[in-house]
Amino acid sequence: MAKLRVGVVSPEREIWSGEADMVIAKTIEGEIGIMPQHAPVLGVLVEGGVLRVKRGGEPDLVAAVHGGFVSVANDEVSILAEVAELGSEVDVARARNAMERAQASVEADQENAEAAAGAKRARARLRAAGEEVG
Amino acid sequence: MGAQLRLLRRRIKSVRSTAKITRAQELIASSRIVKAQQRMQAAVPYEREITRAVTGVVSNTASVDHPLTVARENPTRAGVLIVTSDRGFCGGFNANVLREAEALAGLLRSRGVEPVPYVVGRKGITWHSFRGREMGGQWGGFSDNPSYANAKEIADVLISAFSAETDGIDEIHIVSTEFVSMLTQEVTVKRVLPLTVEETTEKPETPLPYFEFEPTAGDVLDSLLPRYVESRVFSTLLQSAASEHAARRRAMKSATDNANELIRVFTQQMNQARQAEITQEISEIVGGANALADAAAGKE
Repeated sequence: MAKLRVGVVSPEREIWSGEADMVIAKTIEGEIGIMPQHAPVLGVLVEGGVLRVKRGGEPDLVAAVHGGFVSVANDEVSILAEVAELGSEVDVARARNAMERAQASVEADQENAEAAAGAKRARARLRAAGEEVG
Repeated sequence: MGAQLRLLRRRIKSVRSTAKITRAQELIASSRIVKAQQRMQAAVPYEREITRAVTGVVSNTASVDHPLTVARENPTRAGVLIVTSDRGFCGGFNANVLREAEALAGLLRSRGVEPVPYVVGRKGITWHSFRGREMGGQWGGFSDNPSYANAKEIADVLISAFSAETDGIDEIHIVSTEFVSMLTQEVTVKRVLPLTVEETTEKPETPLPYFEFEPTAGDVLDSLLPRYVESRVFSTLLQSAASEHAARRRAMKSATDNANELIRVFTQQMNQARQAEITQEISEIVGGANALADAAAGKE
């Protein structure tokens, strides 16, 4: 079966590139699963989403992706993320800490959009790292 | 020791310490060029992908008139983003950029468009504020190592000024230095908004795919275009940073060379002066001895 060529890039560096069987990303319309022979798509990713790249045989590649785009054309998948972090690179203790702090400030002030976004981001990072999040 | 000798010694000492400083600056700059070049390389994949995506959307959807892609009918004000460095010691780097910016401003005025400078880098900021020019925005402190957050901040200001209903700007130009190679850096002027997606000279082998959009073409374009502008600003900042280091390395290298040449000339002069002094002393002693001998001979 044909494989997808996947590239995950952020403005500062190329985060990962390689071949894959399936890519699952979260756009503002909902989750999208991309397999080889997928129609060309350009989608906007949600803030604080988790990207999953399935590779036959090898463990899945999971990354926290904060905003950006997914573009699919001719079996090439590009994830353009403003900020992205591989699950294996996440500092779990720091992310958990950040989430607790952000949630505390959200509870204190419901209007605090910045803290809410921070909590979302921290949750995505924890989920990318494979941690259970309530 | 003669006064001239002492003077020359003092000058040599001072030139030598200057040479040490310029040499150190040169080495620092050379090591930073490599890092800056690597960052430029690292930013290429994102820029390439985002350019492709924008090209895809714009060529797919000729019907979408996005405010960022449409040229205004009667432009009256144009933003000019001028990218300079924070520190001097880099030869003509800033002067070249500012001269080009002035030329562009003249061109814009002749078209009846008022230029509004947006300045990056402390050198450019002081240049403008010293002349009492109003600036639309100013940023400093990161010219030698810009981060994406800096580019985002600048792009945000530019885009919001561009989309403002009143007192906004109708065009955005960037004047900056492009890093061609270690030895050549060129000052370039580019128009960023209204958007002209860069045409590649080579024809793609396959026609661009007909994209589906999630959620809609307009929404995708809405969030894609600002990112594209940010990415353009970011790559401009990176190029300018690499050019700054290259210009500084070159300026410091010639300063070091000049200092060494000066030291050589002064050393020669010093040796000459010392030799002249010794010769004079010898002839004085010989003259004195002769005089004594003559006096003694006269007594007898």
